[in-house]
Amino acid sequence: MKLFKKILIANRGEIAVRIIRACKELGIMTVAVYSDIDRDSLHVRLADESVCIGPATASQSYLNIPAILSAAEITDADAVHPGYGFLSENFHFAEACTTSGITFIGPTPENIRLGGDKAKARQTMKRKGVPIVSGSDGPVATEEIAAKVAKKMGFPVVLKASAGGGGHGMKIVAEEKDLEQAFYVAQREALTAFGNSEIYIEEYIPELRHIEVQIMADNKGNVIHLGERDCSIQRRHQKLIEESPSSISSTEKFKKRIGELGVKAARAIKYRNVGTVEFIVDPKGNIYFIEVNTRIQVEHPVTEAVTGIDIVKEQIKLASGFPLEYKQSQIRSSGHAIECRINAEDPERFIPSPGKITFLSMPGGPGVRVDAAIYNGYLIPSQYDSLIAKLVVHDKSRADAIMKMKRALDEFIIEGVKTTIPFHKRVMEDPDFVRGDFNTTFIEKLNNRIRENA
Amino acid sequence: MELDELKELIALLKETDVTELQVEKEGTKVKIKREKILTSLEVSGHRPAPLREKIVAETEEEAQRLVTITSPIVGTFYRAPSPEAQPFIEVGARVNKGQVLCIVEAMKLMNEIESDTDGVVARILVENGQPVEYGEPLFLIEPV
Repeated sequence: MKLFKKILIANRGEIAVRIIRACKELGIMTVAVYSDIDRDSLHVRLADESVCIGPATASQSYLNIPAILSAAEITDADAVHPGYGFLSENFHFAEACTTSGITFIGPTPENIRLGGDKAKARQTMKRKGVPIVSGSDGPVATEEIAAKVAKKMGFPVVLKASAGGGGHGMKIVAEEKDLEQAFYVAQREALTAFGNSEIYIEEYIPELRHIEVQIMADNKGNVIHLGERDCSIQRRHQKLIEESPSSISSTEKFKKRIGELGVKAARAIKYRNVGTVEFIVDPKGNIYFIEVNTRIQVEHPVTEAVTGIDIVKEQIKLASGFPLEYKQSQIRSSGHAIECRINAEDPERFIPSPGKITFLSMPGGPGVRVDAAIYNGYLIPSQYDSLIAKLVVHDKSRADAIMKMKRALDEFIIEGVKTTIPFHKRVMEDPDFVRGDFNTTFIEKLNNRIRENA
Repeated sequence: MELDELKELIALLKETDVTELQVEKEGTKVKIKREKILTSLEVSGHRPAPLREKIVAETEEEAQRLVTITSPIVGTFYRAPSPEAQPFIEVGARVNKGQVLCIVEAMKLMNEIESDTDGVVARILVENGQPVEYGEPLFLIEPV
């Protein structure tokens, strides 16, 4: 068993830098790919080689499978790391890599295919004894069937796209009379956004916590979990702040139970490599499976902080064929970690604010980590997502971690563009957040309070 | 020195690449300096090896006059349709718009690259069998 000699990173921005860092520490050569406007990006600078693969438009560059495979071919890369987003959960890309004799660093194409079909994933989990939110048995083909199912369940219900994700393609239906229209709109939106109009139905749980479990598995069927992350602080289903352990993991019992459910879910679909099982937890503490994310996630540093394990390096080793280095009993979570996603957006209206960074000073000191691809004078392009940095702190307790995050946010100076740093500062001062008493309605409530006080 | 004159000098500095200006007039000496913000990457001098040394137009004058044909895809550059065949064109060849100049092979697919203009092939910038990236300059054509 040998590590790869050269890995091509099929991504950009902070995650591309993250992957290059892991490769360098493992002694693996790196190839960066970039669109022509990303020529001066940090990931291009740090890689050993770089290949321009297309113009700015993602579909012609970072989503361009032939261009990426061709770049791997001419640089003799033996593996591709897809990062997150872009092609990371594209079943065709994973298969095309294998056909081209290049290892796709991630789960199997079958894992990706199932992960991408939320309705089918639910059914599989139900069969294997993993609790799911009550709802339809798979997709609902017609409005009549949807109405029947919803009536039996009782309103409110939520319509979700099978091929969806990240909260997109969700429609909450409060009453029976609203169902027909909502169903057709949901189908149309799903078709436009995901190329697949399939809809399934779930019971609507208004106040919930989003808690996910980090999974690692090798090719021999060994599966372990690295603990949970609480990602309930979301705006329009986009995560903004994540932490581990969850503030409701006050009992070892809850932590153990959700971790075991994560492993059970991963085993149920014969999951390989690194991934995350997403659950929702209702106010009574009931845990329900929602979906599997078949990729490395944005918020992985939070788990790295509390476990001391480099998840990206492990991912690369697992993809090279090495067995899992850890047994479940060796995984320990120590202290508390919080991540704030810093976006180049207006901190009140969250409108993207691309532009040139005229002054940059990053925070430091003990227990502070910044994952970013920005530098002084960097021009943030408008064509890609607005995440510009992840600020992660780790300290011995949640209260200490919050103090540290406040301190680090104060030190983080980014001038020239608007950022969401002021928003994060406000959350760190919020009494509900500090108490650990929040759910996915937190940001909405916070914004309402701000508007009322203004 | 009047305030207006000072303002003019500052404007002059801003509008050009000049970094320092020293003016002496009627016994008054004025020195205006621009603070250069170095991007951290300029200082470190860190650059990955480019895919290959890129040869482009040799002079400013050439760059203005000649049309550059660039690769629209990533792949391997071949001058001929197959290993045994003659190259599509040589330097000095008269070409028409739409005429095939070379092949860029990507993933076993042969992509024919066509000229954007009528003209004469002035320079071939890449060697046979070399890898090329998106936007890579391949030929310089003297348009007619």
